[in-house]
Amino acid sequence: MYRYDEFDAQFVRERVKQFRAQVDRRINGSLTEDEFKPLRLQNGLYLQLHAYMLRVAIPYGTLNGKQMRQLAVIAEKWDKGYGHFTTRQNIQYNWPKLPDVADILDALADVEMHAIQTSGNCIRNVTADHFAGAAADEIEDPRPTAELLRQWSTAHPEFAFLPRKFKIAVTGSPNDRAVTKAHDIGLRMIRDASGAPGYEVIVGGGMGRTPMVGKVIREFLPKADLLPYLEAIMRVYNLYGRRDNKYKARIKILVHEESLQEVRARVEEEFAAMDGPAVAADPAEVARIESYFAAPKLDSRPVREAALAAARSTDPDFDAWMAVNLAEHHDASHAIVTISLKPIGGAPGDASAEQMRLVADLAERYSHDEIRVSHEQNLVLPHVRRDDLPAIYAALAKADLATANSGLISDIIACPGLDYCALATARSIPVAQDISRRFASPALQRKIGELKIKISGCINACGHHHVGHIGILGLDKAGKENYQITLGGDATETAAIGERAGRGLDAEEVGPAMERLVAAYLDLRETQDETFLEAYRRIGQAPFKSALYPEARDAA
Amino acid sequence: MPKPFTPQVVTANDLFDGDVVYLTAAHGWSREHGDAAVAGNEEAATALLAAATEQPGKIVGPYLADSAIGADGRPAPAHYREAIRTLGPSNRTDLGKQAEGAA
Ligand code: SF4
Repeated sequence: MYRYDEFDAQFVRERVKQFRAQVDRRINGSLTEDEFKPLRLQNGLYLQLHAYMLRVAIPYGTLNGKQMRQLAVIAEKWDKGYGHFTTRQNIQYNWPKLPDVADILDALADVEMHAIQTSGNCIRNVTADHFAGAAADEIEDPRPTAELLRQWSTAHPEFAFLPRKFKIAVTGSPNDRAVTKAHDIGLRMIRDASGAPGYEVIVGGGMGRTPMVGKVIREFLPKADLLPYLEAIMRVYNLYGRRDNKYKARIKILVHEESLQEVRARVEEEFAAMDGPAVAADPAEVARIESYFAAPKLDSRPVREAALAAARSTDPDFDAWMAVNLAEHHDASHAIVTISLKPIGGAPGDASAEQMRLVADLAERYSHDEIRVSHEQNLVLPHVRRDDLPAIYAALAKADLATANSGLISDIIACPGLDYCALATARSIPVAQDISRRFASPALQRKIGELKIKISGCINACGHHHVGHIGILGLDKAGKENYQITLGGDATETAAIGERAGRGLDAEEVGPAMERLVAAYLDLRETQDETFLEAYRRIGQAPFKSALYPEARDAA
Repeated sequence: MPKPFTPQVVTANDLFDGDVVYLTAAHGWSREHGDAAVAGNEEAATALLAAATEQPGKIVGPYLADSAIGADGRPAPAHYREAIRTLGPSNRTDLGKQAEGAA
């Protein structure tokens, strides 16, 4: 994986030193909160409901064992023994104390990590497919691209004061696991007629209060043109993006108001006028970055399949986990393991320090020292030899990390919501806990099949509710928590924004409504293989709606 | 007829650890909602907030929050958001004020 060069290391240390001095000045009274706030936000430090919160960047969700172990140390030494993995592939600590934050940042710098650009109107942490470098369907590893973008965008003087925050996602596979169509810029790797890899460039996607599916602004961009073309997009956005209204400042609004054609024309004009070679990445640097992401040397000898089959036949829980939590690796002797951070009744994305340490150990021992954080708030061991799966499962099961629910109904995305977040209008975590308990039965979950529930505690949509097959949005309705349900959202290459189903539900109504909805789906599906989303697309909203709102049906 | 005034308290977060604090009648800060000074009218509320704003070295982000009167006759949160702030995360009753028995 990527290693800091001298410049990176020095830059991060300098920032920590600066921030330490800024904290001192805030504490001794020479900085007011108004002066300090933008500085702390630039270093990932937020103030939430009960405490400060530190958001640590995990670029493109890639970590090694040493880094994960350091995250555990931080959780124990300066926090309350756990951390929360987010839909932005970051980790958040919920209880740091202001005087400790510079020490935490130094501890992060010790393992080449930081909290820079996790906040503010800049280009945020670039996210990528969590199966990058391992997936069977991949054209190319998207992480060198993501790293190149990270270097290009970090402290880029032109883009430090954008109209609003800016998020970029990259996937190296045609199957989009990085939600590229819901980002300001999404890059999807494809091949041109000659077979050369390049990008489909998607612009203007996003969630929040005005959800939009991104649009293709360039059907094929050669790899070498990446930085000049993105720089052209950023310039157009910087010049024409609205600054008069925070809610209309994202690039999606510019694309919506001015039309894709207009934005495309301006970008192409800017691109044509640019001194391309001056902006384009130095091929030597690209090669250097790529070398860091070279595929690990895999042991491709045949797997002892008989032993594996025997283990499956004697342990139904292991069998279920094998069926649900593995993804296809490009090497047939290997598998990609999803470690569920969604135990039944747990808080989605939370992991204790002990759990982090175990994952670090397993990664070092079995996965070429690689770990990924997925936007679905799970962890991933990307390169596991299939022979090792029984041992890995046994270790995970002991630590409550082996729930067999990847992609199933209890694999719920939920933002921290009003249990932590100062912006929240309602809680998300208890809603997720309730739903997951109702569908706890592994057999029932497998019968239901792929079903993605995503919950946000406010209109900002950090819980991706707009693109959940079932989306749940928590609101404050006259001093009471109320939940709006959307149906039919899709986060993949066939992205769609969910449609509102009807009136909002009280907290205690949500769980029973989900049970009715799922029962209706099981009734309506044509075959056992027709997923919830497919059934919804085939039949439309009406029958699902009447399952959600029986009173409307009874009145009719 | 003007809308009746809902009693208000001033709340903020502690500068050092971010913990939820309430402005008391003596213009000090308490971690318990019950100790909060209650403003019964607009003028008193403005004065309380002004007193809080003069102490930027101790707290962050003071604001007025609607308050009710609890069973013990002391001020108590009126809205669920403020109630969660007096407790801690509802899914982790081992953390926050609720764990310290200060709720
Ligand atoms: S969606 Fe709202 S409540 Fe949830 S984390 Fe984002 S800002 Fe907070």
